[in-house]
Amino acid sequence: MTTVLVLVTSSDGAPDDVALQGLSLAREVAAGEPLHALVLGDEAAAAGLGAWGATQVHVARHPALADIAPGAAPDAAARILGDLADRLGADVVVGPGTEPGNTILARTAARAGLPFAANCTVVVPGAPLTVTRQRWGGSLLEEAVIHADRAILTVAAHTVAATPVPGGAAPVTTFEPALDDADLVVRVVERIPAAAGGVSLADAKVVVSGGRGAGSVEGFAPIEELAGLLKAAIGCSRAVTISGWRPHTDQVGQTGTKIVPSLYIAAGISGATQHMAGCKGAKKILAINKDPDAPIMSIADYAVIGDLHQILPAISAELRRVRGG
Amino acid sequence: MRVLACIKRVPAVAGRMVLTPDARALDTRHLGFTISPHEECAVEEAVRLIEAHGGESVVLTLGPAAAVEQLRDAMAIGIGRAIHLETGDEDWDAESTAAALADAIRADEAAAGPFDLILLGNESADAGGYQVAVRLGRALGRPTVAGIKGIAVADGAVRCEQEVTGGRDVYRLPLPALVAVLEGLNTPRFPSVPGRLRAKSKPVSASSPARAAQRLELVRLVVPQGKAKQAEVLGHGPESAPAVVAMLDGLGLVR
Ligand SMILES: Cc1cc2nc3c(=O)[nH]c(=O)nc-3n(C[C@H](O)[C@H](O)[C@H](O)COP(=O)(O)OP(=O)(O)OC[C@H]3O[C@@H](n4cnc5c(N)ncnc54)[C@H](O)[C@@H]3O)c2cc1C
Ligand SMILES: Nc1ncnc2c1ncn2[C@@H]1O[C@H](COP(=O)(O)O)[C@@H](O)[C@H]1O
Repeated sequence: MTTVLVLVTSSDGAPDDVALQGLSLAREVAAGEPLHALVLGDEAAAAGLGAWGATQVHVARHPALADIAPGAAPDAAARILGDLADRLGADVVVGPGTEPGNTILARTAARAGLPFAANCTVVVPGAPLTVTRQRWGGSLLEEAVIHADRAILTVAAHTVAATPVPGGAAPVTTFEPALDDADLVVRVVERIPAAAGGVSLADAKVVVSGGRGAGSVEGFAPIEELAGLLKAAIGCSRAVTISGWRPHTDQVGQTGTKIVPSLYIAAGISGATQHMAGCKGAKKILAINKDPDAPIMSIADYAVIGDLHQILPAISAELRRVRGG
Repeated sequence: MRVLACIKRVPAVAGRMVLTPDARALDTRHLGFTISPHEECAVEEAVRLIEAHGGESVVLTLGPAAAVEQLRDAMAIGIGRAIHLETGDEDWDAESTAAALADAIRADEAAAGPFDLILLGNESADAGGYQVAVRLGRALGRPTVAGIKGIAVADGAVRCEQEVTGGRDVYRLPLPALVAVLEGLNTPRFPSVPGRLRAKSKPVSASSPARAAQRLELVRLVVPQGKAKQAEVLGHGPESAPAVVAMLDGLGLVR
């Protein structure tokens, strides 16, 4: 018998997408056996989890965590998860492969002295458990064996579909977890709201990006113009950020932002694996490059060959003409 | 103050990933080597903190003999000295890496005093384990925070900022502490020629820890099958604009 426990992170009463993807991955491991979900404080988010495959939902409520998000006290979250795993005798503990999810599960593993496999795309049930996990931001996969009585892992974001269980329902129980002051040393003490305005890169439907081929700070003017016309966010490659032409917040890639737009326009970008690790979630990619053999040409859906400094202004002008007419 | 930066030598892959015949490693015969951009920022931050507060900065790596190249790079931009835990060519899992780093840190601290701050990358470029920092923090009994893009040290504490949806979260950790940082924390400087020359004579202490059994055991690597295809060429030069706009229209982006 396999007992599986899933950490479901949430915000404002809604479970995170990646956490539901974790529940779907966990369902394959549980294969009909009990599937427990842990929710930190957020009772509204707990209510619907039966419909995503959970068979028992546990809500941890603690006065010290009343007004902070799950990722905002990661040691406390890790202890709650580990203690519940002990209480249930969990064989497998799954979490979301998000920034907070990975740090919480890593801490749960470190506390228990167990291995941790971050960002898994496949889990093969069995003892020991075998997983496929992402390296290099997803540009390379690793098959690995977890040699431990309890396997602790996260699901790589957006690699497993979250599939609902029609008519599924699960009882919800609330409990007060044990926490010490030491578990609350690392916690958010202040939240600074973002300045409003602008299209956020991570959520943008269209992104227009420039690479080394843009040539300079001024070289981004035609990129900004087209982005404005398409209500798009502006992105760039690392070659651009280390040249100081754009801020790092615009960088797309393995060590930048991972984007999932319907359309990604990459101008003057060669298509290095670390760049593509950030934009392979795009539905369509248009590459604008003077080199017809650039690596990006074998990943993009559409291409225009030539100098971006001539092509982008021509596209903007044509857009205005068509819209005006 | 004393600040330590932990870095990992990785191949500077740019194009296609090519594996060794046993599929357990990347074929690096034609590649240069580097460290993660996150770790470059950790190194830069360590140098800046010592410039501002005085004291000593140290860089630590566990890796093959050739990783001394990455240690020298870090010393070229201003790190004072290096500790090299020399391994063979095989990768170590995060658990055994963190255990070896913890031993080395304890030994250095016994001789030279505690590190106020230990900086790491948020995740290594190759393995992407997301865990060496928190394991090390646990082993040393010190608070650890990950995913950080802003650091300020004052009054025996480190203030750390993290980007989250809708703004920035601020943590305040008492020192000594560990912080796992992200690219964007700062803009790392490039090494100068005198910096490179100085780095050659900076001390590197080396030792060879034993590799424990791997509990996250790598079986084989697989290059994911991308949507191997050839892009549909819409045209050449500015004359392609109407074809591009027609494509945009098809996606509902024009009207
Ligand atoms: C661990 C690690 C992490 C990394 N993380 C990231 C990351 O998050 N994001 C990222 O982007 N990179 C990242 N990189 C760097 C990455 O490997 C590449 O170096 C980088 O993406 C290259 O940027 P580029 O395509 O703009 O430049 P180049 O590779 O130099 O390509 C420039 C392209 O522009 C074209 N071009 C030149 N002039 C013109 C013109 N006038 N008109 C049209 N086309 C033109 C050229 O044909 C060429 O294809 C990382 C690297 C490492 C090792
Ligand atoms: N072999 C190593 N030597 C020194 N530091 C390392 C090593 N492996 C990982 N680290 C540090 O730990 C961070 C996180 O690594 P990981 O947990 O593998 O994602 C890296 O960015 C480095 O700062």
